[in-house]
Amino acid sequence: MTTFLQQLVNGLSLGSIYALIALGYTMVYGVLRLINFAHGDVYMIGAYVGYYLSRRLQGREPSLVSALLVMFGSMIACAILGVLIERLAYRPVRREARLTLLITAIGVSLFLENLAQLLFGATPRFFPSLAPRTDFHIAGMRLTSEQITVIAVSVLLMVLLRAFIMSTRTGKAMRAVSFSLDASKLMGISTDWIISVTFALGSALAAAGGVLIAMQIPKIDPLMGITYGLKAFIAAVLGGIGSIPGAVLGGLLIGTSEVMVVGYLSSTYRDAIAFGILILVLILRPQGLLGRVQKEKV
Amino acid sequence: MRGWLLAILIAAGLLLANGVFTGAFGAGVALPPYVLQVLCLAGINVTLAVSLNLINGFTGQFSIGHAGFMAIGAYASSYFTVTFGPALRTSLGSLPLFVQDSVVLLVGLAIGAFLASIAGFFVGVPSLRLRGDYLAIVTLGFGEIIGVVILNIDAVGGARGYSGIPKLANFFWIWIFAAVTILIVYRIVHSSFGRTLVAIREDEVAAEAMGVHTTRAKVISFVVSSAMAGVAGGLFAHYLMYVNVRSFNFLKSFEIIIMIVIGGLGSISGSVLGAVLFISLTEGLREFAQYRMVLFSLLLIILMIVRPQGILGHKEFVTFLTRRRRSIGAAPGTTGNA
Repeated sequence: MTTFLQQLVNGLSLGSIYALIALGYTMVYGVLRLINFAHGDVYMIGAYVGYYLSRRLQGREPSLVSALLVMFGSMIACAILGVLIERLAYRPVRREARLTLLITAIGVSLFLENLAQLLFGATPRFFPSLAPRTDFHIAGMRLTSEQITVIAVSVLLMVLLRAFIMSTRTGKAMRAVSFSLDASKLMGISTDWIISVTFALGSALAAAGGVLIAMQIPKIDPLMGITYGLKAFIAAVLGGIGSIPGAVLGGLLIGTSEVMVVGYLSSTYRDAIAFGILILVLILRPQGLLGRVQKEKV
Repeated sequence: MRGWLLAILIAAGLLLANGVFTGAFGAGVALPPYVLQVLCLAGINVTLAVSLNLINGFTGQFSIGHAGFMAIGAYASSYFTVTFGPALRTSLGSLPLFVQDSVVLLVGLAIGAFLASIAGFFVGVPSLRLRGDYLAIVTLGFGEIIGVVILNIDAVGGARGYSGIPKLANFFWIWIFAAVTILIVYRIVHSSFGRTLVAIREDEVAAEAMGVHTTRAKVISFVVSSAMAGVAGGLFAHYLMYVNVRSFNFLKSFEIIIMIVIGGLGSISGSVLGAVLFISLTEGLREFAQYRMVLFSLLLIILMIVRPQGILGHKEFVTFLTRRRRSIGAAPGTTGNA
């Protein structure tokens, strides 16, 4: 039982990172109906920005303040990157066929991966520890301070996001745009601005996820965005793409099931389990757990 | 009758070229080994690009797991030639060596193509019900799963890679299969079944309303495409004599996609052009290897913004030049399946 609880905590901590990345996928899909392939790579860039910022801060005593500083810096950098990607690559092809948009997204993803290899080098780097580490022992379980930080920060960010979307004017406009882009344009919403805000928010969340996972693992490399990006995308599909609570639920489920499979079966299935879940979801409930069924109209 | 004559002429020409390039007619006219290898890899890329274009360009179903099927073809055919090749040779004992080589290679390729098409069937049936971007992710996932599965089979070397594959493929076989692939895809596209595929690409709902069994047509197209990718993989393995799962990861799939997107989705000659352009650029920029993929990805983005239909669009090279005949199924202003 203790082992199970321990695995559950590990799973929730991994899952909340998937949830943070999945939010970006689901928000962008909501407004543009686009799978933003580059999202996983934004997350990778977030981890690298965090790495360079924390190298700057090195020499100081590891503290919660510097950890937060690193995280905010990387979130701001990635928000700018996300807006730039949308402005320069996606906006010119937005009115083209969806396939064109998808190929552009693949192009951006490849570009970021290769640029990162060029700039940061292909060898993995070790992320310095930012906050003092302590282990807590509760009811026989071992909780690391990183795990607690991850869960706390993710929950905080998700609550803030929820508040932003549900109670601000911009958030309301975001919901309107994801309901119908054309109708919200007719209602006087500046859709370009809303799409930019969506990219900024999604990318900032991905950056937060990148820094959090880098603190935990602690190893980063230019291709790390691919597996995490794919699993987070699967989490978004599992929860119902376009649905924000769905992304959180999907992320937690994927993270927990991955940790359980590794813990109780074998670690070789680590990457296969997410795809297995994806295939099952697409066959049994293609709209996802919390998604709406979309009728196809001619 | 004319078709047969043409086929024999092409085969004879390739055989002659193979002889000239490898130095059978004296070292003076032989190609340097590096150039010959680039030509051979170009042929394999042509096979891959043209076969992927059948599903991505003509059927409009965006698959990004093509390298997975290539891997199956490569590993299955190599396993056959390494394990059962010698036995097959003994039973052919009285025949000359090059006939033995050809028989072993052809049987190996057939097995690779068969297994790749089976995998294509099992991947295609669940995933081809999905539309557009979902399909892309699922095929990417399956491609990666295929890699993980092969990595865990110790009989084919696992993470060490599979070595000791006999060198049976050469310029002749590679380009014969490139030509056969082009022919098969051309014949399919210009048949009534091909029009079905193009109808699905242009408007799936309308095609279904016209009585097209869309999932069935898509699965057939996917299976054929996978089989040809399997052949390309087999040739790749028997040319380089060593394969590793890492050569068939999603980056390889993306490379093939770049080729067909550059040339034009839905254009056979465009795929050939794209494949040749891609390998020329890759080899030409060898000194700047680390900038290469940055450049290609940037090129892909710019191409999508400036000319989303690729260089040739839906047109074939001949019609592109003369502009007299309309290309197959290209309605004005359409850019593929939305």
